[in-house]
Amino acid sequence: MDVQVWTYIIVGLTFALYIAIAIRSRAGSTKEFYVAGGGVSPLANGLATAADWMSAASFLGMAGIISFSGRDGSVYLMGWTGGYVLLALLLAPYLRKFGKFTVPDFVGDRYYSKTARIIAVVCALFISFTYVAGQMRGVGIVFSRFLQVDITWGVIIGMAIVFMYAVLGGMKGITYTQVAQYCVLIFAFSVPAIYISIMLTGNPIPQLGFGGELLEEPGVTLLDKLDGLSSELGFDKYTTGEKGTVDTFFITMALMVGTAGLPHVIVRFFTVPKVSDARKSGLYALFFIAILYTIAPAVSAFARTNLLNTIPNSTYNESPEWFKKWEKAGLIAWRDKNNDGIIKYTKGKAFEGKPNYVKLNNGEFKRGKSGEITLANINTEGENELYIDKDIMVLANPEIAGLPDWVIALVAAGGLAAALSTAAGLLLVISTSVAHDLIKKSINPNITEKGELYAARLAAVGAVLVAGYFGINPPDYVAAVVALAFGLAAASFFPVLILGIFSKKTNKHGAIVGMITGLASTLAYIIYFKFVNVHLNIPKNWLFGISPEGFGTVGMILNFIVTILISKLTSEPPKKVQNMVESIRYPGDSKN
Amino acid sequence: MNKEDRLRYWKKNLRYLLILLILWFTVSFVLGIIFVDYLDGVKRTSDGVVEDTNSLFHGFRLGGFKLGFWIAQQGAIYIFLIIIALYVWLMNKLDKEFNIEEKEISTSDH
Repeated sequence: MDVQVWTYIIVGLTFALYIAIAIRSRAGSTKEFYVAGGGVSPLANGLATAADWMSAASFLGMAGIISFSGRDGSVYLMGWTGGYVLLALLLAPYLRKFGKFTVPDFVGDRYYSKTARIIAVVCALFISFTYVAGQMRGVGIVFSRFLQVDITWGVIIGMAIVFMYAVLGGMKGITYTQVAQYCVLIFAFSVPAIYISIMLTGNPIPQLGFGGELLEEPGVTLLDKLDGLSSELGFDKYTTGEKGTVDTFFITMALMVGTAGLPHVIVRFFTVPKVSDARKSGLYALFFIAILYTIAPAVSAFARTNLLNTIPNSTYNESPEWFKKWEKAGLIAWRDKNNDGIIKYTKGKAFEGKPNYVKLNNGEFKRGKSGEITLANINTEGENELYIDKDIMVLANPEIAGLPDWVIALVAAGGLAAALSTAAGLLLVISTSVAHDLIKKSINPNITEKGELYAARLAAVGAVLVAGYFGINPPDYVAAVVALAFGLAAASFFPVLILGIFSKKTNKHGAIVGMITGLASTLAYIIYFKFVNVHLNIPKNWLFGISPEGFGTVGMILNFIVTILISKLTSEPPKKVQNMVESIRYPGDSKN
Repeated sequence: MNKEDRLRYWKKNLRYLLILLILWFTVSFVLGIIFVDYLDGVKRTSDGVVEDTNSLFHGFRLGGFKLGFWIAQQGAIYIFLIIIALYVWLMNKLDKEFNIEEKEISTSDH
């Protein structure tokens, strides 16, 4: 059986599983639709949270980025796990005690203000749409690369699957499919890593093999070898960083705080029965996330070592099968700048932009002297001749290491599980924000339970369609807006949630102005450098050396300062609100 | 629970949070970012990154890893897990001590 047959079988089986779960767990009430009835066990919630949180970016993208940036990639590893400490310690137990359905629910009630609720809804919608577009695109890409299905059809199949369980089952359906999806994705991520770790270092635990000695060169550790290979080829050493300390600090903080402020993650903690269960699910969630996040840097180092060992200084003819396969897909490209027939790989871009292949009249690629596909791109000054898309490190890793076909198929199923589970969680936030916070709480409070459930399903359908549209026609700025999603979550939600819990005196004026300040400053900075003046986006021009990715931290600090100051200058919140804050601090306190 | 007990419970809770968050900040930002070069036994100069023979950790390896690199890519994550585990344990104990564990509560229907 070849890879494609294996992929059809494994992907087909996992999809059948998701659909079976969806049919078994249909939601009958708004409470089931929004928070799975509030009866999810902490273990199941931890698993679901891990799948909810780990997206196509964690599964496919992160190891690739780290592979190309070495120690600088730590910002993602620490940023996307450290946020769970904030979430588990500062938010989850209290928001669970509050016991409503959504994040804007808390903001609206705690700050006794429709305006605050609506600002929160807008932020939640913006963050979720930004994020979900990337997931649907991820689904399309996996389909097109592994099954040679058109990206459009890939996205449509993904939409149909998500539709099944998100629209019918709501949070209830999502929770149990996410549990299954976690199992699929973690299995798919670890199997190739374990294989490769054994092949390179003889150690079956990738986290240890990563620091171990090479089987082929006893006495030399993998990382020393990698540092050596990198230096030889003119790259910086893998284990050293180039990014400035200040910027690293701010990016890591923005990612951590942004993680803790993401509505689709927070809302998962509303689904467990008790406060102590919310604490426990935080622990389970990080445990399951940590499995992938500690393996990922090992995968990065393994893939980098294999790549640097095989490709540079070989000829096109000698290059392995996968090299030509991914070249065809436009994810690897080589231009023989110095006409020596040898692939030179060193620091710097090989040419401007993504590969743009020259085609002959008969539709075939035009081939160069060595047989490589000819490029129409403009050359850069540097000596580097090789283009490699970061995303292929995870996808191509099993092939690069020569693993069996079923492992390659497994990676496809894992990537799909990661993208679908996150997409479903985001779609649910969009649908509850619209049905619950906009319609029920702001526009038509008299709507019946049945009407609200209907509206929630309808909103989910709308959200699936919009997400699918963006998946098929991705805006050019998808990569740039991810920074925006985290920056905005950090700068808008996090401070008002924290102050809402830990300070009784914080009032609606402070919260509203604070959220707007955080949002506006972060938006302005990111738009200025990422959209308006892209050519100015270099460290020299940044405020205090902070990149747009790290600016959410500044927005968050501004939000805190403004909220506290204005709350001090204006009247205290009503007694009822202060009592509510008091009550969420004590797990056993009865409701008032 | 009387007013004094409530205050004592909340203060203890805040003290736990403070200690655990200091730990969180130290392992990630202080060790994993600010002193990462020192722990790796290297330093940044105008010629790029060079060996720092003055560092106490120069030449030190933890299971094949330079210490700073290991903390930034592995160790910090393990410590985060330990922090949350400690938190769960401490808070469950505290709830028991003050006898305010939750019986079954449900989300309010509204």
